[in-house]
Amino acid sequence: MLIDAERQEIMAELQKYEQKQAACIEALKILQKHRGWVSDEGIQDIAELLELTPDEVDNVATFYNLIFRKPVGKHVIMICDSVSCWVMGYDFIRGHLTARLGINLGETTADGQFTLLPVACLGACDKAPALMVGNELYTYLDEEKIDEILNKYRG
Amino acid sequence: MEKPLTKNIRLNEEPLSLKGYEKAGGYQAVRKAVLGMTPDEIVKLVKDSGLRGRGGAGFPTGQKWSFVPMGENVQRPKYLIANADEMEPGTFKDRLLLEGDPHQLIEGMVISAYAIQADIAYIFLRWAYKLAALRLEKAIAEAYQNNYLGKNILGSGYSLELHLHIGAGRYMCGEETSLLNSLEGKRATPRAKPPFPQVCGLWGRPTIANNVETLCNIAHIINNGTEWFKGLSYTEDGGTKIYGVSGKVKKPGAWELPMGTTIREILEEHAGGMYPGFKFRGLIPGGASTEFLVEEHLDVKMDFDSVQKVGSRLGTGNMIILDDKTCPVGMVNNLEQFFARESCGWCTPCREGLPWVAKTLQAIEEGGGEPEDIEMLESHTRLLGPGHTFCALAPGAMEPLQSALKYFEEDFKKHIREKKCPWK
Repeated sequence: MLIDAERQEIMAELQKYEQKQAACIEALKILQKHRGWVSDEGIQDIAELLELTPDEVDNVATFYNLIFRKPVGKHVIMICDSVSCWVMGYDFIRGHLTARLGINLGETTADGQFTLLPVACLGACDKAPALMVGNELYTYLDEEKIDEILNKYRG
Repeated sequence: MEKPLTKNIRLNEEPLSLKGYEKAGGYQAVRKAVLGMTPDEIVKLVKDSGLRGRGGAGFPTGQKWSFVPMGENVQRPKYLIANADEMEPGTFKDRLLLEGDPHQLIEGMVISAYAIQADIAYIFLRWAYKLAALRLEKAIAEAYQNNYLGKNILGSGYSLELHLHIGAGRYMCGEETSLLNSLEGKRATPRAKPPFPQVCGLWGRPTIANNVETLCNIAHIINNGTEWFKGLSYTEDGGTKIYGVSGKVKKPGAWELPMGTTIREILEEHAGGMYPGFKFRGLIPGGASTEFLVEEHLDVKMDFDSVQKVGSRLGTGNMIILDDKTCPVGMVNNLEQFFARESCGWCTPCREGLPWVAKTLQAIEEGGGEPEDIEMLESHTRLLGPGHTFCALAPGAMEPLQSALKYFEEDFKKHIREKKCPWK
């Protein structure tokens, strides 16, 4: 079941478009914001509201890499693996991150704190290597900076 | 040297508010356009200016607009979209414009929308540009409050709604027709052309999608005219260009320079030359989907026609440098892994061909390559080339591969012969 806030936010999005289906991606993002990820139940909820079939919604949800169809950690680390970051030391940065976290790309730490995902170019090529945690962009990465970032989010 | 697009931009400072932007001469062009010019006059002016699309393809902007059906009896609403889904690896020029001067984009969009008599406009922004999203939202609200957007703009009788749409990832969204599907709430797969979006686009209505940098030029052309715009450039293509450099150079960054500035000047004067201890080996001039260029091309002018003449593309004009301590096979492998992952799966050659290319390159890089792999890769550059796929993703992916096989042939062979990457 959609909570009131979710419903209201999705209804506000509908105003922007000619057709209801257009709000599908935004609806998935809204659910994910409230619930952390999009479960099968979440797909059903959106389908009902937008008058789509659950298959149609899932079809969209599984296409976009920023929609999570599996549970993720409290903080999702998205490390850029595109060409400028690769030239500037992506392999080394990834190696340090996976060692510190004890997980590989696509995995979540046992304590549920971090999920590590590779992501395409963040448009921070002049400040490479780069990664994002939630809404924050971190650039000019090195070992020290990564340790600082992890400590900050570990709290 | 005039820098119309970046004159208001101060790095690490808040962008100009609407009042500040007006003081700097902003929104005068909207006033001039909607109160004193017909849509036809604007289309003609932009055509005459020689402005070509800055998203990579370089299509003449005014000509694109001229395909939109006009008059009382056309389908409504008509749409204008700012393609701000900047996702071409190595490209960060639109980020500068979006974060640095959001009102400049809005002003360009109002005039462009008026020129095609669009009713609704969207900014399709990529998810990662969080700061740009905040600044655009604020600027859009200010523009509504001051009647540069909304009903009856400045009393002209012309109305325009503008919305910010933030994506959820996938490189494919930058492709014009895929962007339309995404905006309709569907998977970002490409559409067959014709019909072209100018006639049958978003929900089947006439739609124009222009790149951010393209739209940012419009107000300046209205204010200063076509001769001024052509005079900004060193070559046939009018205007300035935001060039960028990333890789092992002293000062990576982006700069607004005359269109047609040479690679050498951009690399040596603006990017400060190579980082100490690293030698230049090559570059891809305009994002991941452009052909490698090498030392002999350093004096090539960075404009659409000059770069095409030497077998590459200007693309986004944001170049990525290959140095002598970076493995060219590894770099191409990285590019093809990206394209294989981002293929939308809509058409078979791209969905099946790109992963094969990527796996082969990975094997070569790890020492498992076979001599016949090179021929197989070469055949893919033809089989996945223009005309064999639904959209430009796979042909674009083949550009750096094809040129790498030509310029770095010996490096590929060495990997296969020695069964390892010589850089590791």
